[in-house]
Amino acid sequence: MSHDDSYEDVVKTRREESFAAFESGGKGLLHKVHDLLHGNPALVPLIVLLVSIVVFGLLLGSRFFSPFALTLILQQVQIVGIVAAAQSLIILTAGIDLSVGAITVISSVVMGQFAFRYGIPPSISVICGLAFGTLCGALNGLLVSKMKLPPFIVTLGTWQIILASNYLYSRNETIRSQEIEASAPILQFMGTRFEIFGAVFTIGVVFMILLMLCLAWALKNTAWGRHVYAIGDDADAAALSGVNVHRTLMSVYMLGGLICGFAGWALIGRLGSVSPTSAYEANIESITAVVIGGISLFGGRGSILGALFGALIVGVFSLGLRLLGADAQWTYFFIGVLIIVAVAVDQWIRKVSA
Amino acid sequence: MTEPVLSAKNLTKRYGKVTALDHCDFELYPGEILAVIGDNGAGKSTLIKALSGAVTADEGEIYIEGRQVQFTSPNDGRVAGIETVYQTLAMSPALSITDNMFMGREIRKKGFMGKYLRQLDRAAMEDFARQKLSDLGLMTIQNISQPVETLSGGQRQGVAVARAAAFGSKVIILDEPTAALGVKESRRVLELIQDVKKRGIPIILISHNMPHVFELADRIHVHRLGRRLCVIDPKKYSMSDAVAFMTGAKEPDEPRAA
Repeated sequence: MSHDDSYEDVVKTRREESFAAFESGGKGLLHKVHDLLHGNPALVPLIVLLVSIVVFGLLLGSRFFSPFALTLILQQVQIVGIVAAAQSLIILTAGIDLSVGAITVISSVVMGQFAFRYGIPPSISVICGLAFGTLCGALNGLLVSKMKLPPFIVTLGTWQIILASNYLYSRNETIRSQEIEASAPILQFMGTRFEIFGAVFTIGVVFMILLMLCLAWALKNTAWGRHVYAIGDDADAAALSGVNVHRTLMSVYMLGGLICGFAGWALIGRLGSVSPTSAYEANIESITAVVIGGISLFGGRGSILGALFGALIVGVFSLGLRLLGADAQWTYFFIGVLIIVAVAVDQWIRKVSA
Repeated sequence: MTEPVLSAKNLTKRYGKVTALDHCDFELYPGEILAVIGDNGAGKSTLIKALSGAVTADEGEIYIEGRQVQFTSPNDGRVAGIETVYQTLAMSPALSITDNMFMGREIRKKGFMGKYLRQLDRAAMEDFARQKLSDLGLMTIQNISQPVETLSGGQRQGVAVARAAAFGSKVIILDEPTAALGVKESRRVLELIQDVKKRGIPIILISHNMPHVFELADRIHVHRLGRRLCVIDPKKYSMSDAVAFMTGAKEPDEPRAA
């Protein structure tokens, strides 16, 4: 007697009821926009970027809409842009890194001090600085992945630790531009300028763009990239379906540290000098760029190119408003508005059915 | 009797003071559906996690076709041919069906792009995923690259079962496959399970739903207080007997093993 009650018999006959058929099309315009944005999360910041360029271009004419001014924006955002690449990777894994600015500064200080205090060949000093950035990232990674501490707390701590070490180690000394130029020009390599039809580029700007493109490609087309997204989406599910969560997180934090090391190198190029008091706000600025770029702070969603667009939006607003003669506070005002709008849009996109 | 595909002896797992598995034995024979039933907290989940590699038992041995194995991660179980469909499905909602099916075992392109730049062979993976889904009659999937979160509960379960069936060469473990589904969707998943069984892969089915268990299972492993109480034949016992064994209201009259 195996069927005491066969109450399910009515549904036992197999009826072709399109159990797993996937319908598509036949929806309203809003739905189509929603689907498009769901598939291409970097589209919103790109549109915002283009619209703001057009608006400021109309308001300011050729003062703004010139190759020189537009590439000036690129130079102004290069540090934040590079750091935002590192921040994006970490936020995609549902983490956050408050120490990116501190890692950037200390890497630049290590490059400078190694070359000038210990007389290590400048090119080796640069490698040491990059390695030191990677090491800081590895420390964050270990604390997050092995000790299972929340990334916010870990990097809140390492931010203070690294920044304090930076001041203590550098004795708050700035290495002047002339000295670097005379004896260690490779430290300023990222600041090398070249001009194409009035547009001024630096190696740092080119590096930022290439870095973003490479990371975007890797996130989309390699198993590592898919794993980064899967961990951000649901780390437990990723582990159960065979992703090595520890190794992937370590790679993300270490790569983040290395990228911050490069940002430190670019920082020397941008300033000319090595200053332990610079770029300490890069953590908040990079998070701003990432959020405006449509990457979800809850992880697993968004495109890294969005972070580049986000950084550029901030750059366009600050240059545009400055050229308009507005108070600098208006820049922060509008950035604040953009952040909230970006998160609201993110919530809307997250919803599967609009 | 034939050799078990998967067996375990004396499995013990403690979480602090709680003993989740207490010298538990287990056997799964070729081609069968073995249901594992037990009250909440009886240790069913720990048992299947130990068998799939998601937890490592403190004591005891696990054998696959007579060879002893040591699992320290879910990947070890997968490499040995054991695929598990977890109750939570273990899928990344924002990623596509294909990405989810190949999570952790992606196919790389051949040649330079794959070897040095590690580019994925998306076309090959999509073809494979489409093939496997249609093998199991999961219909005409128009867009294999759509995110899993756009699927209904039954569709997700279908994809998870298809993933297990596609890669599980020895054993498939299904943890509460119908718990979150409606009546019609459950029915479809049960048919899916029978389709998988017809391909000769033995299945371990964990379920609370007695009608489903009695309909599908060839043998029923009753789990109680961290160990195997008995294994019963669903044709010889009624659902109320099974529930009575599982809750301790009735003692089995025969020794362990059916």
